[in-house]
Amino acid sequence: MDRIPILKLGKALLVTIQVDMHDRLATALEEDLTAKIVSVGARGVLIDISALEIVDSFIGRMLDNIAAVSRVLDARTVVVGMRPAVAITLVELGLSLTGVQTALDVERGMRLLGQSPFELLSEPDDDCDSGG
Amino acid sequence: MAETLQIRSSDDVVRVRQRVRLFAVEAGMTLVDQTKIVTAASELARNTLDYGGGGTVEIEALAAPQRGVRLTFADQGPGIADIEAALRDGYTTGNGLGLGLGGAKRLSSEFHVESWPGQGTRVRIARWR
Repeated sequence: MDRIPILKLGKALLVTIQVDMHDRLATALEEDLTAKIVSVGARGVLIDISALEIVDSFIGRMLDNIAAVSRVLDARTVVVGMRPAVAITLVELGLSLTGVQTALDVERGMRLLGQSPFELLSEPDDDCDSGG
Repeated sequence: MAETLQIRSSDDVVRVRQRVRLFAVEAGMTLVDQTKIVTAASELARNTLDYGGGGTVEIEALAAPQRGVRLTFADQGPGIADIEAALRDGYTTGNGLGLGLGGAKRLSSEFHVESWPGQGTRVRIARWR
């Protein structure tokens, strides 16, 4: 079964959604992310949707669920890279993603999570796996 | 130009989106309008699958009075008992957000829904450029 890769960047997890999501993929992503937040002690989740041509209520609900579960596990979720046409359509659809924090791009998103992408490059990876 | 697609699985919903996108591009619609009709199609295809137990969509290219795309979703499911309630945001008999029908209506230039309890539902939308 297809899986969406989850990258670890310091104490944040980075997910780039590049394929047309279907149910199983969305469910798998929610489960994989939840497991990974716990296993690496992640404090933030960054979801890049810049490749998505549409966000319907199904994807919107998936993003809301991920944000809610992350919050319960003490991690913040930021959704980045929404295309302008997608934003216009989403609001008209009636979905404003109130439970999800957004940022324009990955760099701003990382900053929102309190992580500078440049610091991350040199940050030692010592304490992230200690809890597992 | 017209074609009919089956909606039997989540993969079919993805296929419907791709075909509707193609028709919208053919009709010369702007990116925002393409996004709106494809999103509406995605909502309605999912309704057909989740509430109608599967069905079909007919995609038609419109030439007059304006160029555009018309979509007709049909299923032989239980039907919608109260269409007005179903159009209200937040109303759902399943586990969705209840935005599908009302949201699709807002994203369309034209919207018709007919339902026969116990026999099925037909939703027809159009968007012009």
